[in-house]
Amino acid sequence: MVIEEAVNGKDDMLIDGQMADQVLPSGFNLNFLNLYYAKLFPYGDIFKWMSYGNDGKHPACDKSYFGRRELSFTLENDIYLRFLSFNSVSELEKGIREKCPFKIDIGPVYSVDPSKRHAYAQSGENVFKPVERELIFDIDITDYDDVRYCCSGADVCLDCWPLMTAAIKVINTALRDDFGFRHILWVYSGRRGVHCWVCDGKARRLTNEQRAAIADYFRVYKGSENSKKKVSLTGHALHPFLVRSYTEVLKDLFEQTLLSSQQIFSTEDRCEKVLEMIPDESVAAELRGRWQKRSSGSKDDINAVRWEHLKHTLQSGRHKGQGLRRCVEEIVFSFSYPRLDMEVSKHMNHLLKAPFCVHPKTGRVCVPIDPVHCHEFDPTTVPTLSQLLQELNSGGMGQEGDNDWDRTSLGESVRFFRSSFLEPLLKACKEEMESAYNSKLQQSKNSLSW
Amino acid sequence: MEIVRRPQLKSTAIDRGVPTLPLYRSAPSLEVRLEDFELYAIDRLRVLTGISDGLSRGKRPEEMEKLVAELWKANMRHPQASEVMNKDIISHFVLRLVYCRTYGLCALSLDYCCFHFLAYRVRILAHREDLRKWFLSMETALFRYRFRLQTAEAQRAVLAEFQLPYKAVTTSEFEVIKDKLTLVARSINQTLPTADAIFYKVPFQEVPELVAGRRVFLSDGYAYVAMNQVVSLVATQFRSLLSKALTLTNRKWMSTIREQEKDRLTPIVEALSTSYVGPDYSVGREFGEVSLKDIDNVAKSSFPLCMRHLFDKLREDHHLKHWGRMQLGLFLKGVGLKLDDALAFWKAEFSQKVGAERFDKEYAYSIRHNYGKEGKRVDYTPYSCQKIISLTPSVGDHHGCPYRHFSEENLRAALCKMGVNSGGVEDVMDKVRHKHYQLACTLTFEAIHGCPNDAGINHPNQYFSDSQKILKSKVKCLRISFLVTSVIDLEFPPISTVHSLHP
Repeated sequence: MVIEEAVNGKDDMLIDGQMADQVLPSGFNLNFLNLYYAKLFPYGDIFKWMSYGNDGKHPACDKSYFGRRELSFTLENDIYLRFLSFNSVSELEKGIREKCPFKIDIGPVYSVDPSKRHAYAQSGENVFKPVERELIFDIDITDYDDVRYCCSGADVCLDCWPLMTAAIKVINTALRDDFGFRHILWVYSGRRGVHCWVCDGKARRLTNEQRAAIADYFRVYKGSENSKKKVSLTGHALHPFLVRSYTEVLKDLFEQTLLSSQQIFSTEDRCEKVLEMIPDESVAAELRGRWQKRSSGSKDDINAVRWEHLKHTLQSGRHKGQGLRRCVEEIVFSFSYPRLDMEVSKHMNHLLKAPFCVHPKTGRVCVPIDPVHCHEFDPTTVPTLSQLLQELNSGGMGQEGDNDWDRTSLGESVRFFRSSFLEPLLKACKEEMESAYNSKLQQSKNSLSW
Repeated sequence: MEIVRRPQLKSTAIDRGVPTLPLYRSAPSLEVRLEDFELYAIDRLRVLTGISDGLSRGKRPEEMEKLVAELWKANMRHPQASEVMNKDIISHFVLRLVYCRTYGLCALSLDYCCFHFLAYRVRILAHREDLRKWFLSMETALFRYRFRLQTAEAQRAVLAEFQLPYKAVTTSEFEVIKDKLTLVARSINQTLPTADAIFYKVPFQEVPELVAGRRVFLSDGYAYVAMNQVVSLVATQFRSLLSKALTLTNRKWMSTIREQEKDRLTPIVEALSTSYVGPDYSVGREFGEVSLKDIDNVAKSSFPLCMRHLFDKLREDHHLKHWGRMQLGLFLKGVGLKLDDALAFWKAEFSQKVGAERFDKEYAYSIRHNYGKEGKRVDYTPYSCQKIISLTPSVGDHHGCPYRHFSEENLRAALCKMGVNSGGVEDVMDKVRHKHYQLACTLTFEAIHGCPNDAGINHPNQYFSDSQKILKSKVKCLRISFLVTSVIDLEFPPISTVHSLHP
């Protein structure tokens, strides 16, 4: 394709290697997206994932499974198409390339093909309802706006991104160790947050009530306009999950990173915000008084110093108030504990953006994040649409049958997606299917015996 | 007589002589003697009423456990050990018949009723949703506390019966997670687990409420559930089973009765559904006898709030609607107002509104009916608190329990008018907020009379007689409460007396 033609919006899609050294304008446009969908979007991998093993040859496979999954497209001009479904990978590719959606959302697997839902009743036997859906989480950094001072709104930077890293660590560990889930995918949302897809069979079969219970298990922050203190940790001890989160992740995040990156005690206003969280006014007053006399000449970081003051005062044992028992932890939790969007997780029919979509506002691809190395993830270096197309161009023509994404930065993400998530998942699905099938066979054999 | 034993039970607990808790899943195929039918039910009703009483007094779980054990021992034994289980099961199912009914049309039932009671025909009184809820709650409470009293083995048997997939944690497993379990217990302010504490390992999906509240330790998809949490789960299962069963029972009896038994009906179950198993107030007592000229004074000093309200409204409006007339009228009978005086009393009020002639024509009959002088000639019993609380007044009505139905503002005003001081009013309002209406009335009594009432108020006539006793004698409080308790002991009727109320 001639670059100028792409910029001018022509339909021709051939790549012209001679234009490689010309820089593409950054950003997002329909033609770039078209190219992306033509060359880079990993249809096969998404299809395999969403099939959960049902695309194989095994007699236990449910051929209707993929076709009962709802997808939705958001087109240019905010046109929204819901209850879409496809019966094969080629239909999926055709559908996406035809419509060139700005956003693709994935919904639940329904009892019947969603595009045929009107043929079914709302109640009784033949009902149209969701039957399987991954357990999902959505963490958005704007939910932390009251505790981050470096950015606000849609912006994100390396000073506040550690909040997302901490969220991933806390939730991921709990999902694995507490709930026993194994097949967990974390995805960058493209701008300012992360999504989590828990894909174990037992996760997909959870009821709304169970999903709500898990979301509530994770809930600590109860923000509202009316209360100054939004984290309240009552009880004589903390639940083991909270203890682990605190000692393994949050305490260090707060003390080693946030104190200075957010300059938490650097101004009077910011100090006051913390002092408001102390239920005993006399303690708060004591600290306030102490900090007003600002000692100049101290080389130490003022945030660290003041934090030590606060900890020392609250934990010294001098003040025995009820509310003070866990005050230090409450402050740490307020600034660092994950804030989930509860509604996303509670309902089976909630739609969530598909991995490998491109974010229209930033041009960045929604790439998977490795939870084990999430502290190394840098949202500012995630491949963008224009960057990828540039890489495609400069990579030259590959061999027939090669994956184009392999020649770009996207390759790393797709390879990671396959090796650490998709392959183990499909292996487990196959095993599950086989054992369920075999035990059914066994049962019918038994019932036939005289 | 034979009980249909379920096979799995036979191979485990019962054979080893471990008594098990029946789940009442299906009606027994039994032949029951008519007397036992009623007797067993009344005994069980005493247990349920006792539980209701204990709960309304705000007893703690440990106290309730003790109370249930005592009530069960006092009422549900049988000279033949083999009959104990029968009595338990039969009495439950009889009360199910009594309490399954609600108002409204039911869908036609499809199946034949599964009870095979010998020659038994029953009339079910059309009755309030509240009584069914009461039965459901009391049976669940009974089950919960009996479960707590069982041995660990028997409890496991129950869990197996409910097909709850709970495995008890082994000692070695326990050692590994003990610290975590202790943390959880401390975080929810529960007692710390000891070495012999029983925990169950349950897939987390089974206990969403406990997970949501972080009230359990989770590991690898399993929740470690403490015994007291298991009790809640078991009780919830029992309650949901019984609730469904009551709906089914209702349908079946509706269709059976409609098809077959319109004419040959027996009021035993009807009587049971409103029965009050305490002192008999159908006949006026000597110390309670009241004459017309005393009635205003006595209303001010010794009527409970519900009757005081009805009485005041009658004086004010010169009229009361049907349920108000029933509630107040029967109460006055219990207080000792003779029929002639009653007729004069009501006539004096009503004729101011509707005229003497209309009174004689339309209202006098029902007063005589209440005293057993007309129609069936049943001497009706004054309503107990349980019955009154269950009545729901609507527009223009003044009956029911004011602690339940008055707005906060109105209740406060009424209590002040009765002479309760502001501190006392707060205590009463606190009870009301927690729906302990009888406790609220007891506190009112205590505040007005300046004396404790340990027995607690269960019946408006009891309030009246207790009050009169205090007022008539000028003896110190300590002796009064002793007197009241001992009098109540004496008054507690033998079964035959209760029978005579329901011919």
